[in-house]
Amino acid sequence: MTAATMTESRSSTSLKDWIKLRLELLPTLAALVIFIAMVIYGEVAYGRIVQMSTMSNLLINNSHLIIIAVGMTFVIITGGIDLSVGAVIAFTSVAGVMLTNAGWNGWLVVLLMVAMGGLFGVVSGVLVQYFNVQPFIATLAMMFLARGLASMLSTVPERLAADASILALATQFKIIDGPKVNDLIITPGVIIALVVVLVAMFLLHRTRTGRTVYAIGGSEQSAQLMGLPVHATKMWVYVISGLLAGVAAVVYTSRLGIAQNITGIGWELDAIAATVIGGTLLTGGVGFVLGSVVGSLVLGLMIVLITRDGGIPPEATTIITGGILLVFVLLQRLVLARQRD
Amino acid sequence: MSQSPIVEMKDISISFPGVKALDGVDFRLFPGEVHTLMGENGAGKSTLIKALTGVYRIDEGVISVDGDVVQFQGTADAQEAGVSTVYQEVNLCSNLSIGENVMLGHEVRGRFGVNWKATHEAATKTLRKLGLGHLDPRASLASISLAMQQLVAISRAMVTQARVLILDEPTSSLDSNEVEQLFSVMRQLRDEGVAILFVSHFLEQVYAISDRLTVLRNGQFVGEYATGELDQASLIGKMIGKEITALRSLDSQSAARGHRQDAETVYLARGLGRKGSIEPFDIELKRGEVVGLAGLLGSGRTELARLIYGADRPDSGDVEIHGHKVAVHTPAAGLRRRIAFSSENRRDEGIIRDLTVRENLVLGVQAKRGWARPLPRKQVDEIVDKYMVELGVRPSDPNRAMRNLSGGNQQKALLGRWLATKPDILILDEPTRGIDVGAKAEIQEQVLQLAAEGVAVIFISSELEEVVRLSDRIIVLKDHRMIAEVTNGPEVSAETIVKIIADHSTEQNAPVARAHKTKEVAL
Repeated sequence: MTAATMTESRSSTSLKDWIKLRLELLPTLAALVIFIAMVIYGEVAYGRIVQMSTMSNLLINNSHLIIIAVGMTFVIITGGIDLSVGAVIAFTSVAGVMLTNAGWNGWLVVLLMVAMGGLFGVVSGVLVQYFNVQPFIATLAMMFLARGLASMLSTVPERLAADASILALATQFKIIDGPKVNDLIITPGVIIALVVVLVAMFLLHRTRTGRTVYAIGGSEQSAQLMGLPVHATKMWVYVISGLLAGVAAVVYTSRLGIAQNITGIGWELDAIAATVIGGTLLTGGVGFVLGSVVGSLVLGLMIVLITRDGGIPPEATTIITGGILLVFVLLQRLVLARQRD
Repeated sequence: MSQSPIVEMKDISISFPGVKALDGVDFRLFPGEVHTLMGENGAGKSTLIKALTGVYRIDEGVISVDGDVVQFQGTADAQEAGVSTVYQEVNLCSNLSIGENVMLGHEVRGRFGVNWKATHEAATKTLRKLGLGHLDPRASLASISLAMQQLVAISRAMVTQARVLILDEPTSSLDSNEVEQLFSVMRQLRDEGVAILFVSHFLEQVYAISDRLTVLRNGQFVGEYATGELDQASLIGKMIGKEITALRSLDSQSAARGHRQDAETVYLARGLGRKGSIEPFDIELKRGEVVGLAGLLGSGRTELARLIYGADRPDSGDVEIHGHKVAVHTPAAGLRRRIAFSSENRRDEGIIRDLTVRENLVLGVQAKRGWARPLPRKQVDEIVDKYMVELGVRPSDPNRAMRNLSGGNQQKALLGRWLATKPDILILDEPTRGIDVGAKAEIQEQVLQLAAEGVAVIFISSELEEVVRLSDRIIVLKDHRMIAEVTNGPEVSAETIVKIIADHSTEQNAPVARAHKTKEVAL
């Protein structure tokens, strides 16, 4: 009996200690709680939320956001920011569709789209690392550049031919054939997003490069003095963000079949919001890929709920996003203050 | 020393634009010794360390480690060769765990990337070697004290099998128990054959830990000594470049000035202090009095001045100004209470380079009025005319950019800026450093005249003769503590002050020394 009480008391203190040790997990857990609360609220208020088709659509419609939010997570953990991703998506998707329609091999075009995204990342990285430009300014310049290039390519919606091979990435596979239209559906796009998430988690948590990303966010000067490859790593995070913008462009274009120069306006901000809601500190050093995924899903589910409600004007979406963001930023402040004690 | 040195630096010279930071410096470090690098700020200690670790490129000279000539390209390179550095500020990442900080860049990797279990085990093994086995490597670095973090930083250095450990002022933010813990780790490493290069401003600590000393002054090599053969007074003499006999010949020139014991008290502080900056002190300033602050650089002179002005926020103590209890926690509050502070860092905390002399002169008054009430043109002209003439700022054109003036004239303009605020208390931190002899004399004269007009002046200078010449009272600081107050008189000279600093054993009040004693008794 004594032994039992002892184990019990020990496990309760160790839980407390664990929370104390992993205080930085708190905002991510909070995001998860909010997501679950939103699901429950939606189910109770509107119904048909906790079902396979809704969840499938949530993933399918937000896979591009998840992908760029993962890239943004890398950049923000180092203490930087990437404002160019939305515009890079616009450029790569317009270029991709035009190349496909010009008769290029569809899979070659996919690779090119990813590579072009990576190229924008390289330029941002070089500006930040070797010309000592503020990440905000460097990626802002890239944003204008990419948007301008997209507009030069075309200012009208470019439609893919119905037989374009890239469209295969949006093929809907029924995993579970539910009653009526309540099916569990998955697309190659969703699988790509999942792979991106898994690879990113491995990179960040299980490689020295990933740990250097965190170290830079903690203190760039310290990382430098510890002899870590700071220069190369800072370059890499922008390249990764650019590459993932290219991947997101592929996934998004395959789903819509249309590309336009005004695609992705403000998506960089959605990605930043998703990342921050998911518990990544804008000052760098703390953050989780899974948090950003949850953040993306919170944003996506919010739109679903607003649509279902019908009473909330769509214009209010941004206000609600802003409100959620504010709550999370305040929560992070609180955690930081607690950590300092 | 029968062995050959592990690090040998010969005839090292480094120039920065306009300054020769190191000029033919020699340095030798042997395995199994603690070797302290001594010298005032700007003597070239940090530059020498950075030359060794590859942060700076050397212009001339040879560096060899273990007999091989090396030219490191940076910290990573130096670490590879077994030369690790722990800096004054803990250079770790507080967002990561203790174990990760120890192992960053050296994580144990398995088939699935970093093997965290093995990495943390390796971290624990290293930590245990330094007596830190009780630390949980998974705990956040931020959860342990600064001293512990400093020890973790040393553990990190040991992961790379460092044979040379450079500790650049590691003790400046530690309390005495923590220093003792650091020292025991240092002794242990030394006994294992690690060569330790130590830098500290705290003389007592230097004598407690080091086997040998190398003294630098103005970028030049002064000498290499066994700690036992050099007493504190001679060491100070070598650091500041005056032989004790030379100091002895200087006598006090302030004898002629009468003391103002009966003058009204302007400022009174009791137990004013700030942790990690300066130990609590009492100070009283009287109308028309010049109080000199003497002590080596880094002894807490500037820190004391900043507390009085409100540039730093005190965390203990009470302040009375003109008999009223007040709180001076911000520079604005200091200005309102008629306290003015001219910083020792003229370039960064004094002048605004790209503004004109006129604009620089009125900044103090304008700050006091508040930005919403701009000074009328007429008043600006009055201030500018008055102080340009009174202080003899040259060239006499107030519309020149401040950056075009010589150091001495910049200093005069700064003095004018603070005088224009009509201060009751004027704090001058190194007002005569780096300016020519003529300007220096003019500023000294101005200080005495201000005192005669009733201003209480706190005068800080590294030149003891100057402090002795100008001050009515001299407050002596050492190791961030006020250790003595001397009423100036004919019998007081620069040598008196040096003697006070050298003779002041921290035994009566320093826990470091006390810790030593109890240990000996216990043994």
